[in-house]
Amino acid sequence: MKVLLPLGVVGALLFAASLLVGPAGLGLSESLKALLTGQGGAVVLVMQEIRLPRALLGLMTGAALGLSGAAMQGYLRNPLAEPGLIGVSATAALGAVLSLQTGLAGLFALALPLSALAGATVAVLLILVLAGPRGGALSLILAGVALSALAAALTSLVLNLSPNPFAAMEIVYWMMGSLADRSMTHVWLAAPFMAVGLVMLLSLGRSLDALTLGEDAAASMGVNLTRLRLAVIFGTALVVGASVSVAGSIGFVGLVVPHVLRPFVGARPSRLLPAAGLGGAAVVLAADIAVRLIAPDQDLKLGVLTALIGAPFFLHLIWRLRGEHA
Amino acid sequence: MARRIGRPLWGFVPSFKALVLAALVAGTSPALAEGPGRVVSINLCTDQLAMLLAAPGQLVSVSHLASEVQSSSMVQEAQAYPMNRGQVEQVFLMRPDLVLSGTYTQASTVALLRQLGVKVVQVPPATSLGEAVEQIRIVGRVLGQEAKANALADAFAAQIESARFQGDRRSAAFYYPNGYTTGSGTLANEVLELTGFDNIGADAGVTGGGILPLERLVLAGPDLIVTSQRYPGASRSEDILVHPALKAVQAKAGVELQSDADWICGTPHLLRAITGLQAARAALGAGE
Amino acid sequence: MTLLSLENLTVRRGLCPVVENVTLTVAEGEFVGLIGPNGAGKTSLMRAALGLLPHEGQSSLAQLSPGLRARAAAFLPQGREIAWPLSVEALVALGRGAHLAAPPDADRQAVDRAIDRMGLQTYRARSATALSGGEQARVLIARALAQDTPLLLADEPVAGLDPEAQLKTMEVFATLAAEGRAVVASIHDLGLAARSCTRLVLMQAGRVVADGAPRAVLSDENLAQVFGVRGFHAETPDGPVFQPMGILR
Repeated sequence: MKVLLPLGVVGALLFAASLLVGPAGLGLSESLKALLTGQGGAVVLVMQEIRLPRALLGLMTGAALGLSGAAMQGYLRNPLAEPGLIGVSATAALGAVLSLQTGLAGLFALALPLSALAGATVAVLLILVLAGPRGGALSLILAGVALSALAAALTSLVLNLSPNPFAAMEIVYWMMGSLADRSMTHVWLAAPFMAVGLVMLLSLGRSLDALTLGEDAAASMGVNLTRLRLAVIFGTALVVGASVSVAGSIGFVGLVVPHVLRPFVGARPSRLLPAAGLGGAAVVLAADIAVRLIAPDQDLKLGVLTALIGAPFFLHLIWRLRGEHA
Repeated sequence: MARRIGRPLWGFVPSFKALVLAALVAGTSPALAEGPGRVVSINLCTDQLAMLLAAPGQLVSVSHLASEVQSSSMVQEAQAYPMNRGQVEQVFLMRPDLVLSGTYTQASTVALLRQLGVKVVQVPPATSLGEAVEQIRIVGRVLGQEAKANALADAFAAQIESARFQGDRRSAAFYYPNGYTTGSGTLANEVLELTGFDNIGADAGVTGGGILPLERLVLAGPDLIVTSQRYPGASRSEDILVHPALKAVQAKAGVELQSDADWICGTPHLLRAITGLQAARAALGAGE
Repeated sequence: MTLLSLENLTVRRGLCPVVENVTLTVAEGEFVGLIGPNGAGKTSLMRAALGLLPHEGQSSLAQLSPGLRARAAAFLPQGREIAWPLSVEALVALGRGAHLAAPPDADRQAVDRAIDRMGLQTYRARSATALSGGEQARVLIARALAQDTPLLLADEPVAGLDPEAQLKTMEVFATLAAEGRAVVASIHDLGLAARSCTRLVLMQAGRVVADGAPRAVLSDENLAQVFGVRGFHAETPDGPVFQPMGILR
């Protein structure tokens, strides 16, 4: 509780800030009135259709990434497990791009998140097969690098072959992520998948706690390992797939947030899950505010900022782990 | 040749004076006055001007963009010509007496062709209606088709003048993928002004082409938003064109207009774009 | 009362049986030492008994649902894995995960008792991963004790402990048995096993070759056949003493 409350407050403040930051430079009272009462003409449109979905998506994707990072780390018992690093985001992006470019996404609304989900599922399965729980940092990172590279290459290939001249310019979007100019449509598209996935992952706390002592110990403490594995796979795929399909892949959030928050929750996976969800939301909201302040008229990618903060953390972790698992 | 990336070519052109064009053409050999025998065009706009002006058999090849429906107003006519992709090898083997090209995207091609002894005339994209009219005369001159060109140019100029809107003005904006808009110093801007609109992009301080955040477009609430047609396949860049906030502004105005191939080059096909804008202005009615 | 009953338990790795036709029952009050050379099948037997390995034959524990099984038997695996730097107290409390319905008071008492038994009072707030290997082993035993089950299966619980900790751990297990629970522990130190266990089960190549009182199981014949050593037995005021000595092969 003593961690969740401050995180919640910070998240709420950043959410509010996200609503108030934008190129249109609206007044505080004016924008709040427009948002809440729906009065104020064009300002209402700006608040309700442009800024609200952006802030909501920041909150949702951040929570998704933080929580899935914490869950994967807990399951693999490896602090390097992160959807972005181990190729889950990249493969989800491949799924999304494939459904967009083949026209599948145009057939029915849910095709886009479902395809991203399928991509993410394949990636999580491959990671479990290739690196496995307790597979060690080296095998996890190697599998992740291979998977990321393959997915990124295929994504670029598909986008380059697209008849749409803009598609090839969007490779960087799928790799780095952005919340610019999203609408409530995207919020509704992602929300149900994320809700189910978040609930699935949040319910894993006790099992992940027990897993701290290894699979045998956990099983002997009443954890159903098969059910746990399925919940991790599909929970992660749901939240990462949904988040990537509407915001691209935003790296390092799932790595940094659990890492920073772990000491504050006594390293217990069950307490880390909700904290990482809130922390992830705060980080993505902050990053999204920052990109708008740094380059108001350009679509600076979110992943640029998260990588700037996240990559040094990653190197630090590798440095610390180098003796343990190599 | 760089792939056309959806924004009309005049979109990213800073103002360029007809003076430059005149300088490029000055000093051409007397032989040009009778017209070069084999002309190859490697630019979408010169393609169309050449097809309008060249004598039968004079034009040997046009660029592949001339037969793309997204960018060319003369797809039908272009079928009659072998197409080129603007690479030096291909163009050189056509043994041209004259190559017509644009000024921006083909600098290295032009330099190499000139090294190989090929005569190249570069025609910069028109950034105003006056330049568009003048370009017809200039291309006519280098093709040795001055009479034909002058007649076409005079008629074009007269029609532009007759299209000039008198009365109260409405606001309009161009809105393209990635929030791209077209501001002052562009052909499109002048076409807007001609037909009774004030360009929001120009008011927002955009010169040439630039980004106009959706928020600011919505707040400006233009009476007309000219968007672009979607390309086949999907892209996130074009998602902004179906954004609910943009749709709401468009719905309020009640008039929709999409720019197409007719908007890209300063050829007489521009008149069709002007007609479309006139209709939109008429639909908006007079006064609030 | 029987707390564990195995019937014709067989575990195969590939085609090769690593545990073969083991039939065994453990009743309350017993401290069973599972002995045998490396690769005899001790670990596989325990894991299969808990249902953690695919097996043929019957195990009373493996038939239970995971939740019920967790309240019937605690397991201390051989690999002493502690993935995250939990505090000693939090780690021991993980053992309470099997008792979801238990009142918080009962949980706290069970954790306190386990920490006391393993002599970890001064370590409560320390990070478990920062402790020495032997200290970690004791913390993990305390975790299994906190699970508060009638039966404890422990795979090499005293390996790597210092002599004092070894003796204390064996004493705790013996006490548990005396309180009416049962402990099955695989042990390599035959001296410790002979001293504390109420019963020894000797395994070789997946089979049980001897089962009974320590003095009987550690006969010259069994020692020679299974371990290839001779042994020395003595009765002392502190209890029976056994020391393997002299390699025969």
